[in-house]
Amino acid sequence: MAELKVTAIKEGTVIDHIPAGKGLKVIEILRLNRPNGGALLLASNVNSKKLGRKDIVKVEGRFLSEEEVNKIALIAPTATVNIVRNYKVSEKFKVEIPDEITGILRCANPNCVSNHEYTVSKFYVVSREPLKVRCHYCERTMEEEDILRNL
Amino acid sequence: MEWKGRDVISIRDFSKEDIEFLLKVAERLEAELNEKGSLDYAKGKILATLFFEPSTRTRLSFESAMHRLGGSVIGFSSASSTSVKKGESLADTIKTVEQYSDVIVIRHSMEGAARLAAEVAEIPVINAGDGSNQHPTQTLLDLYTIKRAFGKIDGLTIGLLGDLKYGRTVHSLAEALAFYNVELYLISPELLRMPKHIIEELQEKGVKVHETSDLEGAIPELDVLYVTRIQRERFPDEQEYLKVKGSYQVNCEVLKNAKETLKVMHPLPRVDEIHPEVDKSKHALYFRQVFSGVPVRMALLGLTLGVL
Repeated sequence: MAELKVTAIKEGTVIDHIPAGKGLKVIEILRLNRPNGGALLLASNVNSKKLGRKDIVKVEGRFLSEEEVNKIALIAPTATVNIVRNYKVSEKFKVEIPDEITGILRCANPNCVSNHEYTVSKFYVVSREPLKVRCHYCERTMEEEDILRNL
Repeated sequence: MEWKGRDVISIRDFSKEDIEFLLKVAERLEAELNEKGSLDYAKGKILATLFFEPSTRTRLSFESAMHRLGGSVIGFSSASSTSVKKGESLADTIKTVEQYSDVIVIRHSMEGAARLAAEVAEIPVINAGDGSNQHPTQTLLDLYTIKRAFGKIDGLTIGLLGDLKYGRTVHSLAEALAFYNVELYLISPELLRMPKHIIEELQEKGVKVHETSDLEGAIPELDVLYVTRIQRERFPDEQEYLKVKGSYQVNCEVLKNAKETLKVMHPLPRVDEIHPEVDKSKHALYFRQVFSGVPVRMALLGLTLGVL
């Protein structure tokens, strides 16, 4: 399946080893589906030695910020990011959930001060599997479903 | 841990050593107060009490503590009389008030408001209750009351009764009790059970937890029964409140099977959850609990101001 090779795009990013079914969510969270001039490719439910089944997202002409990589880590902690330049993988790394998540997640508690006053949101990772984070301000714990809804 | 300049926001910020140290200082201050009537450690210092949400009891307790330490107090007791009404942000209110004072005590309806205030202010900020999140000074005075009554906290079996879902006092108290070797009975209607994440935390810390809705079944086991009001104002849905209103009433009949030494506590105000007939019994500890607020808050104010 040549079209799945990470070198198939000239410049851009390939997000590999996304848990099967989470590829669309990655696209949505990173807003990759907005016109940016480059191709966006999603391979879903692909065979994977590591995961059994996986999704792959390729996006041409787009590189990810640290904040975006952290967002991927929250949705797809097994993902690897490949930076492609001139058809070659120039950099490859695994995403990692940081101990503190700042600025990328909204608190699910409607009465949390961070939803009313100017603050930079901050969460502490309580557990990675299953993913649980605690709001720095209201101390409320959020689990995966809430995290996905508030990214 | 350095106390001078320290914020008191959440019981999570405390270690067992911090708590034990604070309780000792409170005990020392109580003895000094009994001997001298009032003290002058905080002479010349000003406490600002910012009560965006009314709470007469907590405010008066802090004010009394500051006066007994020899300091003075400024502040307000509801947001309606402040610039918040004009749309001022919390951060700006705090930055303004810190120009007038040496320590701030804040009560706010929003969860996390005290944490935000502490980030903005350069002077110490003490949380006097933020929404349904934390009320650490209440927890510290609760621990102080238990320790003064029993001489210890370790080894006790403690029942938390009532609104365990929205009641921040029981959330913080449960977290603080996890430092000690205690057994907890969480007694509430099904709808008002303690949040799952708090129970998990307690269990992870080795606390033996029993969840039940049967007060009478639990009562013979208990050394302390900590009663809370079912707080109408915290319910997002009035119908949900009506389903659980008046679920429990602690009266002499209910206490018939209790240990002789059982102590009943309550953060007050109460509505109908403890019958006034209990007030005169050997079990009532809730008015002594109110008194404990003064030495504990004196200790907190004095330590954070760096005058003790």
